Amino acid sequence: MQRGHQIRALVVTIVLIALGALLWATGCSQRANRSKGVYMLLDTSGTYAVELNKAKAIINYLLGTLQPGDTLAVGRIDTGSFSEKDIVAKVTFDSRPSVANNQKRAFQKQVDDFVSHIKRSSYTDISGGILQGIEYLNESGAGQKYILIFSDLQEELAKGHIRDVPFQLKGFNVIALNVTKLRDDIRDPKNYMQRVEEWREKTEGGNAQWRVINDLERLDHIFAH
Amino acid sequence: MENSFLQAIASIPVLYVIPLIVLVLIVMYLARVPFHRTMTAFSRIVYNAMRLSSASVRLAEKRLQIRNREVLMSAGLELAERKVEREFDRIGAVIQRDLEGYPQIQRKISEDLLQLEEDYQNCGEIPQTLPDWVKVIDAIANIKPTGDRMVVNMLEEIHSTLEDQHKTAVDEHRRNVSKRHNILSRMTPTWRTMEKTLAGVQKAVSNLNQRSRKIDRYMDTFEKIRNKDDIAERQLSSSSLTQFFISGLVLGVAVIGAIINFNLVALPMSEMVGGASYIGVFKTSDVAGMFIVCLEIVVGVFLMDALRITRLFSIIGSMEDRKRKMIFWILLGMLTILATVESSLAFMRDRIAADMELLRQSLAGVETTSVATSNIPTIGQMIMGFILPFILTFVAIPFESFVSSSRTVIGLIVSWGLRILSYVLRLLGNLGFYLGRMVVNIYDLVIFPALWLEGVILRALSKDGGDKGKAADDAGSGKPKTNPATLMEGTAKCNEATK
Repeated sequence: MQRGHQIRALVVTIVLIALGALLWATGCSQRANRSKGVYMLLDTSGTYAVELNKAKAIINYLLGTLQPGDTLAVGRIDTGSFSEKDIVAKVTFDSRPSVANNQKRAFQKQVDDFVSHIKRSSYTDISGGILQGIEYLNESGAGQKYILIFSDLQEELAKGHIRDVPFQLKGFNVIALNVTKLRDDIRDPKNYMQRVEEWREKTEGGNAQWRVINDLERLDHIFAH
Repeated sequence: MENSFLQAIASIPVLYVIPLIVLVLIVMYLARVPFHRTMTAFSRIVYNAMRLSSASVRLAEKRLQIRNREVLMSAGLELAERKVEREFDRIGAVIQRDLEGYPQIQRKISEDLLQLEEDYQNCGEIPQTLPDWVKVIDAIANIKPTGDRMVVNMLEEIHSTLEDQHKTAVDEHRRNVSKRHNILSRMTPTWRTMEKTLAGVQKAVSNLNQRSRKIDRYMDTFEKIRNKDDIAERQLSSSSLTQFFISGLVLGVAVIGAIINFNLVALPMSEMVGGASYIGVFKTSDVAGMFIVCLEIVVGVFLMDALRITRLFSIIGSMEDRKRKMIFWILLGMLTILATVESSLAFMRDRIAADMELLRQSLAGVETTSVATSNIPTIGQMIMGFILPFILTFVAIPFESFVSSSRTVIGLIVSWGLRILSYVLRLLGNLGFYLGRMVVNIYDLVIFPALWLEGVILRALSKDGGDKGKAADDAGSGKPKTNPATLMEGTAKCNEATK
């Protein structure tokens, strides 16, 4: 009889200890940085500026998907994109969901204002924008880093701008969004393919993972990997 | 096709193959006895090892069966003890409630009886009769009339006086009768009170009688279990299996309840502890939510133990009543606080969810509308958040049942597993043994030309007569002289050895 009691108490104790051990084990295990950092580059060059309304939809998707603790920044691609001034909006969402929601609303408004008052740039400094994104995301300390390039990937540098710095993109995901075909591309698709391939080589050369998402209905693929 | 086949046959170097076959046969013939011995030994090893393992497993199974029986009986005894104890508790409560005031009841009955006796005596008092002089007057009234006026007047006077007296006496009699009626009327409630009191006593005694009969029944069961009766064992085993499945089912439902409870608190917990931090692979807010749910269950388990409904921690149940009650109230307070916290969290969850929905609508470019126009879902969630911790408290009951019955059920399953393992081991042993025999026979079949030749040679030599001929016969039939050459011959010995 007494033995039965002892065994029952033992089982209950084991269950409780197991629960405690689980908490302890998880508590003591190394805290992995699961936060996401997203830096989105918006091409504001003359040929591409008309596409920016689509960018709003992507940013709204990102705002809906990113969680408290994640970082989001939107940068402009213009003549000289390697500059903090080209960061249109940036935020690290608060850990409290209610505060994060308010931050998202404010961010959305900032982006809306930017898109409605856009000034078209003469040149397209994509590399500068990527370098700025690398710097920003490295500083943010995000665990998973994404650079989204909303552009036709046609880089045009102003005279005197040097962008021969190799990218250090280890741990980065670089995703080109809405890579539109230019007039020359329609005539000769090799131009388009070559352009995309060049960027792939450039980013993968910096140890990044490169992807292209042209169908904006498949934005869920951004964080699929 | 046919041509290619013929070509293939033709291409085989016959002169090369035939000597090779002959050589192999010679080698096999020479190695026959060692091969037979090796195979015999190997199959015996397999057979004996498997038999030994099987016997060992059977022994373990028997031990487990004894242990299962002990566990079952122990659980049955505990249950019977608990039932008897509960009945004694009830009897104690009945005695305390109904028979504790028995001296007062007895005194009341005595008082009522005294009252009744007094009333009875009062009723028995003979009313005062008419005065004795009435007889005298009656005698005078019987005097024959003489016509004397004075006598007439006197008689009339007497008559009038008598009538007055009679009237007074009748009135007095009526008053007395009325008084007795009153006394009798007063006796009725006393009778009724007495009847009610006695009925109460009868009910209490009858209740006690019933309980004692129940205790007798439980004691019978207890005795049967203590004597390790087979019927009791079967009943307990069946009851244990039923308990296992039913409590498992209820626990499953409780787990669903706990998950719902968890979902109510997980989101608002992110507002408190933050939604961005992780503990291991889990979100801190999820762990915190799960912790609250687990805490509620743990408090519920202790609460049930403090109420002596379950006995998961015997130390709580065996505490003195005052301490136990104190612990009960403390735990109830804690549970109420947790329920209130959860209710608040449910409210917060509703608000956060509504805010998120509004944000989603805004991001999707949909015109934002009020998500919840009614407060009913909010109130519903709050009520659920408050009630679920109390409901989860009762998980302790099926949990205890599950734990105690699982000991028996797991024992039974392991016992069945051991029985099957024992059978499989025996089967493997026999398979190994007969496989060895089969291999030996196949070996002999392969080298039959050599064996046949041996027989022929020995028969030729046996022409010398005597023992040699007999030896040749033996050799021709493939029988060994001293050692068993085949497993067939060694089988009997092997069987004897392994029995």
